Amino acid sequence: MIGLVARRLVTMAASLLVISALVFLVIKLPPGDFLTNRISELRSMGEAASVAKAELLIRQYGLDRPVIEQYLIWVGLMPGPAGFSGLLQGDWGWSFEYDRPVAEVVGDALWLTLVVNLAALVFVHVVAIPIALYSATHRGTFGDALVTLLGYVGLAVPGFLLALILLFYANRWFGLSIGGLYDADFAGQPWTLDKVHSLLGHLVVPTLVIGLGGTAAMIRRMRANLLDELAKPYTVTARAKGLPPTRALLKYPFRMSLNPFFADIGNLLPHLVSGSVLVSLVLSLPTVGPLLLEALKTQDQFMAGFILMFVAVLTIVGLLISDLMLAWLDPRIRMGAR
Amino acid sequence: MTSLLSIRDLTIDFRTDRQSFRALDGLSLDVAPGRTLALVGESGSGKSVTAQAILRILPRSAAITAGRILFTEPGGSGAPTDITALPADGPGMRALRGGRIAMIFQEPMTCLSPLHTIGDQVGEALRVHTGASRAEADAQTRDALERVGFPDPQRALHTYPFELSGGLRQRAMIAMALIMRPALLVADEPTTALDVTTQAQILALLGRLQAETGMSILLITHDLGVVANMAHDVAVLYRGRLVEAGTREDVLRRPGHPYLRALIKAVPRFDMAPGERLTPITPARVTIPPRAPPTPRAGPILSVEGVSKVFALRSSRAAGQAGLIRAVSDVSLAVEAGRTLGLVGESGSGKTTLSKIVMRAIAPSAGRVMFDAGTGPRDVQALAGADLFAYRRAVQFVFQDPYSSLDPRMTVGEIVAEPMKIHGVPKRERQQRARDLMAMVGLEAGGLSRYPHAFSGGQRQRIGIARALALEPRMLLLDEPVSALDVSVQAQILNLLKDLQAALGLTYLIVSHNLAVIDYMADTISVMCRGRIVEAAPKATLFRNPAHPYTRALLAAVPDPSLDHPLDFAAVSGEHSDPAAWPQPFRLAAAEAGAMREIEAGHQVRMGEAEALRAA
Repeated sequence: MIGLVARRLVTMAASLLVISALVFLVIKLPPGDFLTNRISELRSMGEAASVAKAELLIRQYGLDRPVIEQYLIWVGLMPGPAGFSGLLQGDWGWSFEYDRPVAEVVGDALWLTLVVNLAALVFVHVVAIPIALYSATHRGTFGDALVTLLGYVGLAVPGFLLALILLFYANRWFGLSIGGLYDADFAGQPWTLDKVHSLLGHLVVPTLVIGLGGTAAMIRRMRANLLDELAKPYTVTARAKGLPPTRALLKYPFRMSLNPFFADIGNLLPHLVSGSVLVSLVLSLPTVGPLLLEALKTQDQFMAGFILMFVAVLTIVGLLISDLMLAWLDPRIRMGAR
Repeated sequence: MTSLLSIRDLTIDFRTDRQSFRALDGLSLDVAPGRTLALVGESGSGKSVTAQAILRILPRSAAITAGRILFTEPGGSGAPTDITALPADGPGMRALRGGRIAMIFQEPMTCLSPLHTIGDQVGEALRVHTGASRAEADAQTRDALERVGFPDPQRALHTYPFELSGGLRQRAMIAMALIMRPALLVADEPTTALDVTTQAQILALLGRLQAETGMSILLITHDLGVVANMAHDVAVLYRGRLVEAGTREDVLRRPGHPYLRALIKAVPRFDMAPGERLTPITPARVTIPPRAPPTPRAGPILSVEGVSKVFALRSSRAAGQAGLIRAVSDVSLAVEAGRTLGLVGESGSGKTTLSKIVMRAIAPSAGRVMFDAGTGPRDVQALAGADLFAYRRAVQFVFQDPYSSLDPRMTVGEIVAEPMKIHGVPKRERQQRARDLMAMVGLEAGGLSRYPHAFSGGQRQRIGIARALALEPRMLLLDEPVSALDVSVQAQILNLLKDLQAALGLTYLIVSHNLAVIDYMADTISVMCRGRIVEAAPKATLFRNPAHPYTRALLAAVPDPSLDHPLDFAAVSGEHSDPAAWPQPFRLAAAEAGAMREIEAGHQVRMGEAEALRAA
């Protein structure tokens, strides 16, 4: 088991290196970069002082060097103008757009993103699993049909549209303020109990909006998985043993139907960051999604590069967690049998 | 003596979207205490539905529309319980189910959860019914596993089903069913999925446990051999109705109903006269267009020369040990064109691996396969390009499971025509040929536009055969072609294969664990054990005069439908496949290959090397 984890860690490191190269390449593909664009803009306006500052930045970040060197400096495999200072050393670079270090710009947004999306994830599972259990065990009844219909509606309604509608009514009926993750007064304030309270209140709408599409999909998948498992002979065996129906259901078919979901953790984690961009924009949530979009548009390369790398790390860590969970939960995988 | 279980006028209907279907129509039968009642019938006759009704685990679409099932606790003075009157999942029914009435099923692999240990699953009934703690349950589970013959019950508690052989899994199922010492055991085809030798062991075990506990058994089976050896009483179901019932002697010696008489004739037996044909219950009309007989040739069409196959295990656990499995060791065979070679052995003996090597689905580790397509023998493994393509045409495969070997999303026409499409037969010709093929296997041409699910198991197997014949092959590899089918349908398929061979001059390599089927089909037979051929002979000699202890053990384990040849359960020890336990001159030391020696014309047996030399 330890050997397995060690092997996996090595391949993970290798994958990350390849991914970092691809990310950098993709960001560098469009002609020009943030600073050269800015310089030509400033030149046209005749602001010589700013041009000088921008050129300083270019030299400082080695943007005048060949792309391969820029990449190595960014990763931290080659000394730049300030010595070894890249991702490996924990220096995430400078956001030209915000004129601040990337770490500072992204900092709060990163964990708020995780909070919002984790809340949505919990919501999805808490709501979807019981409904799917009901739906699968009452197949063909009115309740099942109703849940199925609602599920399809949930799948079909675009998240941003739902966001707008909910925002309107949440404000009208419950007086929840529109947009953001806390009241505007708290922006830039240190974290106090009041601010957390405000955060929780604001979480309701985004959680619902982000979670709803996922819930619908989850119900459909879980129901299909369960129906497969319910038809398996060991489910009949469990009943023939005299187990009460609910206990039999939870111990055998439900347990089996969970496997695909554990296998899916690897996909879920990156989704936490990148999955809710549209909704975040509409709800003006201070999450990473909109930052990434903006960074890509303005070619703010270190900012975009960092966020993409962060998503990549989440993906790879998620896959590792999936594999370890499956090995832990499923003896067939643990013992390498079929 | 009052019956333990008495079923009166039981009627069960299935409702589907459009119509309702009567699965069981007014069934009445009695199971006496301490006796075994065999319920015989083919799939769809209502026998499994009866079992499910007794435990009230019918599918949701089925309903008991009339009748009663009365269960009387043996020895007690209590009034009988009407099972049909209890709520299916209420406490009363749950106490009976798994407590007083237990059930074992056909597929020991799929009936056990792969995610829970044997100890957990076997002891569960105890914990549910008596509220025993995990430790108490474990202790009793250990005893139960010991009773059913687990070699190391303590270790077995913590193993998972996939770590066990089919036979041990079925033993675990039996331990699970019997842990509450039920008064009635319902056994639904308990040995159908097992090898003959394992089947004999499980049947012996059931008989022993019945003698020990005095329980009754309701044995559901389609195998008259099992009936003859296990049952005290027999009830025959046909299309949801009871057509015959009585003691074993009455029913098997003097079968009254035409269905039962036909069923007895449809089973291949060892004492059939040479050339005698099976009589299918419903004969199929087959139209085989005449084909020019293949040109006679010298030498075998297929010869396997010293083929071995070694698999490396990809298990981290076995990595330390020698993680190699010798699936096939130094096997040599030959088949003449137009003849049938039978390959028989237990599961794991390497017979399917060998057939896959012949098909060139897997490459041998050593040795070669020579095939003569009329232009002289050529090494199959060395074929490439157009030659390989031609070989694919010449050798076709018929699979065991007609349910999973046909793509449910393709019409029968597409399935049958696909090989021709791949091999570039023009579309118009394909359509005509598909119709001819359907006639050849006795199906209506109208079926071409339908999907496989519209056909029964036997019909699907015909479709599989039609597909294999589409390219006018010279040879068919038949891997357990009838073992997934009902007995009554087996006869049809076997006869069809014989007719096709006679008309088209086909060569067959048939692989099966059913010795009677091999005996009916094959001209020469090779017996495989642990990857080696231990005995090979023409059919007329092999099963009449078996020399090798392994062959004898296999033969001794086949339950005969005739009451005059009862199984000798004592002879089935389970050591028959251990070369070190074979008596001299057949004993093989570890890793000793031994040598084949001819004991009469064409009859070869594997012996220890020293013995073979001395005898030579």
